Amino acid sequence: MESIAQLLQLMPKYDALPALLRASLPMLVSSIVIFALLSLVVLFLVWLERKVSAHMQDRLGPMYVGGWHGWAQTIADAIKLLLKEDIVPESTDRVLFKMAPFIVFLGAFAAFVVIPFGASSIVSDLNIGVLYILAIGSLAVVGIMMAGWASNSKYSLYGGMRSVAQIVSYEIPAAIAIMTVVILVGSLSMQDIVNAQKGGIQNWFLFRNPFTFLAFFVYFIASLAEVNRTPFDIPEAESELVAGYHTEYSGMRFAFFFLAEYANMIVVAGVATTLFLGGWTQVLPGTLAAQLIPGPIMFFLKVMVLIFVQMWLRWSLPRLRVDQLMYLCWKVLLPASFILVVGAGWLAVYWK
Amino acid sequence: MQVEYSGDVMTLNMGPQHPSTHGVLRLELKTDGEVVAEAIPHIGYLHRCFEKHAENIEYPGVVPFTDRMDYCAAMNMELGYVLAVEKLMGIQVNNRVRCIRIIMAELNRIASHLIAAGTYGNDMGSFTPFLWCFRDRETILDIFEETCGARLLYNYNWIGGLMFDVQPGFEKKVIDFIDYFEPQVDNLNTLLSDNFIFIKRTANVGIMSPALALSYGVTGPNLRGSGVKFDVRKDEPYLGYEEIDFEVQVGLGEHGPVGSCWDRYMVRIREVKESCKIIRQAVAKMTPGDVQESIPKRIKPPAGEVYMRTECPRGELGYYIVSDGSLKPYRVKVKSPCFTVMSAFREISRGAMIADIIAILGSVDVVLGEIDR
Repeated sequence: MESIAQLLQLMPKYDALPALLRASLPMLVSSIVIFALLSLVVLFLVWLERKVSAHMQDRLGPMYVGGWHGWAQTIADAIKLLLKEDIVPESTDRVLFKMAPFIVFLGAFAAFVVIPFGASSIVSDLNIGVLYILAIGSLAVVGIMMAGWASNSKYSLYGGMRSVAQIVSYEIPAAIAIMTVVILVGSLSMQDIVNAQKGGIQNWFLFRNPFTFLAFFVYFIASLAEVNRTPFDIPEAESELVAGYHTEYSGMRFAFFFLAEYANMIVVAGVATTLFLGGWTQVLPGTLAAQLIPGPIMFFLKVMVLIFVQMWLRWSLPRLRVDQLMYLCWKVLLPASFILVVGAGWLAVYWK
Repeated sequence: MQVEYSGDVMTLNMGPQHPSTHGVLRLELKTDGEVVAEAIPHIGYLHRCFEKHAENIEYPGVVPFTDRMDYCAAMNMELGYVLAVEKLMGIQVNNRVRCIRIIMAELNRIASHLIAAGTYGNDMGSFTPFLWCFRDRETILDIFEETCGARLLYNYNWIGGLMFDVQPGFEKKVIDFIDYFEPQVDNLNTLLSDNFIFIKRTANVGIMSPALALSYGVTGPNLRGSGVKFDVRKDEPYLGYEEIDFEVQVGLGEHGPVGSCWDRYMVRIREVKESCKIIRQAVAKMTPGDVQESIPKRIKPPAGEVYMRTECPRGELGYYIVSDGSLKPYRVKVKSPCFTVMSAFREISRGAMIADIIAILGSVDVVLGEIDR
């Protein structure tokens, strides 16, 4: 945000603007930039997911729209969703029904504020960045519960209930797994965490010691569950609950749930990259590639690898059952994350 | 799995339009949270009066109607009817017809089991096996299309013979397909059958004990999944199955009690491999001949009644035909394998969770067209 504010200073007559506008303009511009970037990346990801799934399933996927490998397919789909009639079923709680998709989307969108894309490409390097990510991630629960309740449909209600139980449970192992890194760095700021991993692949927390190595997997699994990705997609389990909490949604409101789902994929991959894979730092510093690839591109490449893993999992694994999901959370991941935190704490104290 | 429930129940209507009720089945679920106290199946949404229709149509005209019962295994449906009428009239068909019928029936069994396994994967949340199965099924449908012009509802088995002889090069195509297909079954096992999550989801769910299965008259892969070695092809052979060497596959309970969803699923996968063996032998036994030589000029069976049972992919399919000596059957009654297993459904799904209901329903592999007729 600071760099955007500096850019705005160069605008003619900027100082003549009212003080309130001058203070809020950088925020507005950064959110627009992030929203535009996010929408573009999501369009790309939807296309990519369709391609990945298609090739895993011996198909071609979209091939027609736009010419080259159907690159414009998702753009066409987005336009279709925009133009569709906005249906609000009669027996719904109208206010909650209309608000829910935006709250879910807000939860995913607001997390981008603290994700560092590059050395200076961060909206706001909050000193409680990690805490903020965890807090804003839980906002989706409210929206999903609202959607499930307001739809006045039994399937939606089941989806909402399952989702709340799942997200609330899985936040705990995810948060504790993150704490291993926080203990070693000694800061909650995302930029500090990235800076602590500078100097190439061997300095990444993924490879630095066994506790953070395992913490990465605990975090990745738990956050997959937190954002309802397969194999933990029971809130929207297609074969059981039709579409879960968004059964009754159509058109643009449905698109917002969809957008939030993919935005969440990026958040999970982004946070995992920042905390464990060195964020925007170079993989092999000192080489020619390191000089040619700027930080944000490096970050994007790492994120794409993790997103590909998410897609790979989605198209190869079956779905867990509700009780098995809870078993995994409370009896496997949670004790594991406790042990990891103790181990990391021991390292931080005795292994300076 | 038995779970306590408080008695405060909510009724959830699953179907008739639902992604995983495999057609138009309606399940009335009495749920308490995620636990289902009772799952009551309601059928009849696809009733087309097949049996009444059959009373008003001449014998050969009934064959296309039988296709439409179990549309996933139409070859086997018409085979049962045709064999019943042939038994009534005392027609003997030649070796070529018998071999082609066996090949077609077994290819259709593979296609049908592929649908069962693929959609089961889909029910469990894994979409990729579904398309892998459909890719291989496509080759079978191509062979059918080349032979009789239809891909789903064939009208290929006629009373006393076949609609057409097979095309030249048919044998090679079939053997090529089997050669390609057998390794694909192992691929499917790697992806789905032996998957840890899949086993966890299915292995302790929907247990049908052998006694329960027998008391409800369950047949086919569902009965064999409970460990009972019964197969009409082996125990009451027809079409020359007695000369063919194959094993009757039963559920072994590798991952839990015998008769679980995983056992029923796995029996189908193993049966697909047995079908491949049968097809190889039947192709080797094929001799030249006229496939229409024993088709009677006029199909007018003598007065009497006949019961013929065959092993269709979903179990024992029985045709009971009463003839009054006219051109039309007096009565055609079908003993449907899916109907009997649907009656046991309520028993095996008691106390399961909502996700388990889908697992159980997918594992018994019903086709509503055959239940409702």
